[in-house]
Amino acid sequence: MEKFHPYLYFGFIPGFGEYPNVVYSWVVMAFLIVTSLLVPRALQTIPHGGQNVFETLFEAVASFMEGTLGPEGKPYFPLVFTLGVYLFLNNVMGILPGFMSPTSNVNTNIGCALTAFLATHYVGFKTSGWGYLKHFTGPIIWLAPLMVPLELISHLARPLSLTLRLFGNITGEDLVLAVLMLLCLQAFLPLPWAMQLFAIFGSFIQAFVFVLLTMIYIAGSLAGHEHDEHGHEGAHAH
Amino acid sequence: MKLLTTIGFALTTAAALATNALAAAAATPAADGEVLKWRIISSSFALAVAAAAGAVSQGRSIAAALEGTARNPGAGGDLRVSMIIGLALIESLVIYTFVICLIIILG
Repeated sequence: MEKFHPYLYFGFIPGFGEYPNVVYSWVVMAFLIVTSLLVPRALQTIPHGGQNVFETLFEAVASFMEGTLGPEGKPYFPLVFTLGVYLFLNNVMGILPGFMSPTSNVNTNIGCALTAFLATHYVGFKTSGWGYLKHFTGPIIWLAPLMVPLELISHLARPLSLTLRLFGNITGEDLVLAVLMLLCLQAFLPLPWAMQLFAIFGSFIQAFVFVLLTMIYIAGSLAGHEHDEHGHEGAHAH
Repeated sequence: MKLLTTIGFALTTAAALATNALAAAAATPAADGEVLKWRIISSSFALAVAAAAGAVSQGRSIAAALEGTARNPGAGGDLRVSMIIGLALIESLVIYTFVICLIIILG
């Protein structure tokens, strides 16, 4: 996919031109690390500047997680927040000239998707132990030979769909922007700023959807446990 | 029953044609101009069909969510979240088609 990005600033540095997605995701990581180290250095009761930004983001994501996952989802806030901010910055970076979105390469996306996938199963095993395997056998035990392959395929399709959705959206956006830019340059029209604004919106929506689906998968691993508990209680009550 | 036989016959014919086409595509070199032309035509058509169907279904889901919000504004937040999940799942099918088109043209 390098042919879609003819001019890359970091591509001119020798040794960095081969895997631009890795280099540009380093840029995002460096930005995030530096800001998150600098901002808490001068915490104040009345926030201003960068502290305001981070507090607003934290509160928004935390309240949204509270609504989706409930109080049990609090330990997974760092994972979700980091994924969201990292993916949003990755998606948005493609709008700047000379930069590319690392998420327009499949490898960046599959890293994030596999992280979400492994985190889901880690949460499942952590909350219900080996009883988590009951998720895969379906409601009745003698349906297990039918249900296990279905569940395996549906669980394995999750990282694939997360990867391809993000990749296709961001690549499609970049392609549409490139085509419109070429058309506008040829016809001496102003640059397609409306499409660029829409690309910012789409970047946000895609990061949001990724994070939302991660949260729903984690909620599935948590909620099955609750359901089993209620079932046992009901059985005892009867 | 007759319909089933017709469909089965059509499917077997399509499968036989597809195997022939696959064998022909494997035999000819990939960078042929004629092949490239048909790759572009077929992938554009596939993307057009996928985008049209996706747009219709996304429009239906947005209309239903808006209707529900208008009837019961208190449920707006939950409806919006569910709508966005559904839109993402619908859109991912269109995106799969787009990725397949990229593979067809570039691969």
